[in-house]
Amino acid sequence: MNLFTSTGAAILRRVDDAGFVLDLLVRTVGSLQKVPRRKRFLLDMAFNAGVRALPVTMVVAAFAGAILAMQTGIELKRFGDTGVLGTITALSMCREMGPFITAVILAATVGSSMAAEVGTMKVSDEISALEVMSVDPVNYLVLPRVIALAVMCPTLTALSDLIGIFGGSIIAQQNLGVSQSRFWMSAQDALTSSAMLLPKEVYVGLLKALVFGIAIATVSCAAGLRATGGALGVGLAVQNAVRNSVILIIVLGFIITWFFYFLNG
Amino acid sequence: MIELRDVCKRLGSRQILDGLSLRVEKGMNYVLMGPSGTGKSVTLRHIIGILKPDSGSVRVDGQEVPTMDREQLMALRRRMGYLFQNGALINWLTVEQNVALPLEEHSSLSRSAIQDRVHEVLRMVALDHAKEQFPPSISGGMKLRAGLARALVTQPEYVLYDEPNAGLDPIISHQIHQLIAEVRDRLGVTGLIVTHSRACATQCGDRIGIIQNGKIEVEGTVAEMVASEHPLAKAFLGGGSD
Repeated sequence: MNLFTSTGAAILRRVDDAGFVLDLLVRTVGSLQKVPRRKRFLLDMAFNAGVRALPVTMVVAAFAGAILAMQTGIELKRFGDTGVLGTITALSMCREMGPFITAVILAATVGSSMAAEVGTMKVSDEISALEVMSVDPVNYLVLPRVIALAVMCPTLTALSDLIGIFGGSIIAQQNLGVSQSRFWMSAQDALTSSAMLLPKEVYVGLLKALVFGIAIATVSCAAGLRATGGALGVGLAVQNAVRNSVILIIVLGFIITWFFYFLNG
Repeated sequence: MIELRDVCKRLGSRQILDGLSLRVEKGMNYVLMGPSGTGKSVTLRHIIGILKPDSGSVRVDGQEVPTMDREQLMALRRRMGYLFQNGALINWLTVEQNVALPLEEHSSLSRSAIQDRVHEVLRMVALDHAKEQFPPSISGGMKLRAGLARALVTQPEYVLYDEPNAGLDPIISHQIHQLIAEVRDRLGVTGLIVTHSRACATQCGDRIGIIQNGKIEVEGTVAEMVASEHPLAKAFLGGGSD
């Protein structure tokens, strides 16, 4: 009975948390008209997010591209087909690895810091102070953060796609005997579309990044806004923010891939 | 006028307020005292509409606060200032920006008019010299004075003070008390002050109520309370207190 009760309570807590995040997202979307008013803060947030996450994202993306090329290249070499290595690396980076890597790094660096900032404000009464001044914490604190990550996540993803492909090209040349020109021609083939400026893979990857950015910022701010009980509460908020963001990145990534490649052909 | 009648509030498993009633007349400072954890700050949060009572009535100028919609609540809050225990300043804004925030968000004043008003209240709380500083680099007393300036900048009719001298030395506390009294006398602002301090209660208050077990246990004018034989009044306002 105790196990039953505690499991039920845990499920209810999760449902309540999910409801809070959804409500926060709806309220954030509802306050989009305030974006011009928060322009300066938004630019600060976007700049900070970019600066904080850029070096790590680039290093990780370069190595991810290199690993991808190495692992794929080993198998392709057995079949004597390393000519398509550029295509495979480029598509994998743009479709999956780039958005995923960028989002996880943003969740760990920027999302955690958002949860800590908002959580500290919550436990030190700064959020209450905003409320009593009739300043809506959603459009004052959450909106700029969500927009900043919605812009920065695709931007960093585009950069990490490029750096990842570059990392792959180095390995292709050094370890697999694929020349730079051959690798980049193959990658270029994959990233050119006759119908659109770029192929579907790039757009789907950037869409994923946009959704991930919004999800990370919303989940992190929600965790901060629900923080209670001083430093311990802020620590828990950061933990929740990173954990929930990573889970959401994986689940949303799956849903978007499924939608564009299986449901919609 | 602020009026609370038979207000009950449970937070978690604890009954915080249990039939609390009090009345703050216009132009007076009402001091709410009582042991820690008896619901003094919770009472303030009901008046400003951050918390809703489980039962009972909370009225400001005859308007029922718990039933107000968002717009009405915002309008009420624009007529009220709230001084938090630690000032609750926004850390990434300077003192000046913190004080200007409510005006920038809600008033139609020009930038220069806002600046003039901000400098006026900063001078009043003797913080004009620190306007460029950020909250983490100023003392607790300065944070409180900045918080008071922010509460006053919109020219509110009411100010709620949540432990305005908590953690301050006697000299700074005395300055804060003088400021609170000045706000009432010079600006005609009605105040509700939550404090444990005898000095604060006697220097700033017109009436004092002491809360215990979720309701006002004893109440009266400052003179009546200081002379009272009630054990709670003696504990909080007797010679050995503070």
